[in-house]
Amino acid sequence: MTAPTTTGPAGGATAPGRAGPRRRGHSPAVRRQHRAAYLLVAPFMVVFAAMLVVPLVYAAYLSLFREQLVGGRSFVGLANYARALGDSAFGEGVLRVTLFLVIQVPIMLGLALLFALALDSGRLYAQRFVRLSIFLPYAVPSVVATLMWGYLYGPDFGPFTQIAEGLQLPAPPFLSSSWMLGSLMNILTWEFIGYNMIIMFAALRAVPADLYEAARMDGAGELRIAWSIKIPAIRSAILLTVIFSVIGSYQLFNEPNLLQTLAPNVIDSAYTPNLYAYNLAFTSQDLNYAAAVAFLLAAGIAVVSYVVQLTSQRRARS
Amino acid sequence: MTAPRTPLRSRSRGRALAAALAGTALVLSACGGGGDGGGGGGDAGSDVEPVTQEQIDEAMSTPTELTFWTWLPDAQKEVDQFEAAFPEISVNLVNAGQGLDQYTKLRTAIRAGEGAPDVVQIEYQYLPSFTLGGDLLDLGPYGASELQDSYPEWVWEQITEGDAVYGIPQDIGPMGSLYRQDLLDQAGIEAPTTWAEFEEAARTMKEAVPGTYLTNMPGNDPGQFVGLLWQNGAKPFGFDGDQTVTIDLDTPEVTEVVDYWQGLIDEDLVSTDADFNDQWYQGLANGKYASWQTAAWGPVFLQGTAGNTSGLWRASPLPAWEEGDTATGNWGGSTDAVLSSTENPIAAAQLAKWFNTDPEPALTMALDQFLFVPHDVVLENEEFLDAAPEFFGGQQVNQLYSELTTEVDTDFGWLPFMDYVYNSFNDTLGTAIAEGGDMEAGLAAWEDDITSYAEQQGFTVQ
Repeated sequence: MTAPTTTGPAGGATAPGRAGPRRRGHSPAVRRQHRAAYLLVAPFMVVFAAMLVVPLVYAAYLSLFREQLVGGRSFVGLANYARALGDSAFGEGVLRVTLFLVIQVPIMLGLALLFALALDSGRLYAQRFVRLSIFLPYAVPSVVATLMWGYLYGPDFGPFTQIAEGLQLPAPPFLSSSWMLGSLMNILTWEFIGYNMIIMFAALRAVPADLYEAARMDGAGELRIAWSIKIPAIRSAILLTVIFSVIGSYQLFNEPNLLQTLAPNVIDSAYTPNLYAYNLAFTSQDLNYAAAVAFLLAAGIAVVSYVVQLTSQRRARS
Repeated sequence: MTAPRTPLRSRSRGRALAAALAGTALVLSACGGGGDGGGGGGDAGSDVEPVTQEQIDEAMSTPTELTFWTWLPDAQKEVDQFEAAFPEISVNLVNAGQGLDQYTKLRTAIRAGEGAPDVVQIEYQYLPSFTLGGDLLDLGPYGASELQDSYPEWVWEQITEGDAVYGIPQDIGPMGSLYRQDLLDQAGIEAPTTWAEFEEAARTMKEAVPGTYLTNMPGNDPGQFVGLLWQNGAKPFGFDGDQTVTIDLDTPEVTEVVDYWQGLIDEDLVSTDADFNDQWYQGLANGKYASWQTAAWGPVFLQGTAGNTSGLWRASPLPAWEEGDTATGNWGGSTDAVLSSTENPIAAAQLAKWFNTDPEPALTMALDQFLFVPHDVVLENEEFLDAAPEFFGGQQVNQLYSELTTEVDTDFGWLPFMDYVYNSFNDTLGTAIAEGGDMEAGLAAWEDDITSYAEQQGFTVQ
């Protein structure tokens, strides 16, 4: 086992407290250090400002206007936000990804945790091989993965259909409107299970081994150790994967966008909130409203992520 | 290269060639004074004095650089011919994507005020969305007005608003029917000449050849569906060139088409697969669909997609609504337009015009790239008309389609936001088609959606 570390390996949720800076009376040496620090951070800050802050501010500014094909541009305050809140297409998209989140994320993370624990137990044969194969799908670009799954799902010539036909069964309608969300969940789970597993596995490797020894002395079995020691020990890593997954779910775009060519009438232009914002901007030519929708979505994600974090912390304390 | 594809939905445009061989140009001698259809005039004509030949000669012998956006494959051929004819002009050819991908970039460049090309390929139905903002140059004063007699009347109506000419036609897509002779023989049916016969034939086909449908009605192809509405004389869209749009989908001509397909779909006589994806290509190649109601670019497209079925296909006009009726609609096709922001309007207009009307490039497009070029120089060309491709069992397909060219209703207009309209089709009427739902309800939802979009965008809706 590796040497113990003090902070959570992934660092995510709880940032390590900063050393309290003394405000005044820095020695020249300290001041020089500060200058060097700013200098070193500067390239990042410049790119960060130019590529993230400025566009964000500009989008926020845009979202306060309305631009019509006839009549031009006018300031409308928060009207775009009000419109988005009452927009059923947007609301349905948000509900859809929320449903996606509630079902897919627990399955994916549960499996990822199971694999991580199995690998960590050291009882698997060909451990490296297993680890690599579970992680491999993450190395496949999501576009390629979706095209591949799109082929597998194909209702006329896909392998699943062929197998079903061989068994005299009806072909599974993966791309129909009632199955589509499940089909998407499957693709996303396949893609990201390895990624989440690696985060959890790395965290597990960092748990001090003497804890396990102590537990064993007390007569705990492997399951008991996993439940009472390992999982609590990597709580912050798990939290991190949850937050990543929440954000990822709300930002679903690539997969539904690509499956749209296969099932254009199942995945409509507002299937997910991001797809909706994209279509608003580039098909409806309504950049301003698209900006408002994007901001509302971002706000929603921030709130949900915060709630996740808060509940988990509260549980940790209790 | 036409892009019959629907907006956004069609990002997989694997389509390579789309064009046709074609037929005799029934000499459209002077369709006279221009007709005043086209969804209402508007006073879009500019007051610019016509440029003189001296001005043109001067412009064409001045060193100039032009940028030309087109997704026509191998357009470099025609550009080389142009540069050989006008050595002082150099053309920077850019493929900025097909259809909507390109329009998105074009709109961005127009808004940014830089980076827009001088000449750009635009499909007929999207011209109004660019004339709306005054982004296109009226080519009338630059020698386009004199072209009127060289084009079928309806094509001319598609590119003009009042007296203003906003694009030079590159290719068109009058609709006909392509069908598999062997499958029809197997089912013991003749190529149906009316839609009533077509329904009977669909029923027979389904019983006689299991796994084969007489045709496929996709729920994601508003271009095709609108073409079928066009055939039946519907005029659902209109734009006065200013602020007023006409949206009229609740008419007998439209509901007749909608109800007809509802019947076929309810009885499961036609398939409803999405088109222009792998699934559909395979369906064409392996006999799942026994016919395809498509445009003049369809024959060549089919040869590229279903090469293994060479010799089995034949072409015919679309089935008629009334016995003896010969009307058809148009699906797809493009123009080359000049942006009003160009610094070299004369040279740019000459490029657009020369590219599509000079015999050398026009015939190159027609014979090498298989576009269905609507200019007389092609439609009256013997080599073009007499082509008898083996794929169609030696049938003179160009001949047939050139005859269809004269059967397109002249008075079909568009809305200045067809990308939205087409996208909305997929979410409403298209979904009803694909899912076997209530198509009339889908039609109403489509109309409501585009009407509220139009109002949202500040148009007056009639």
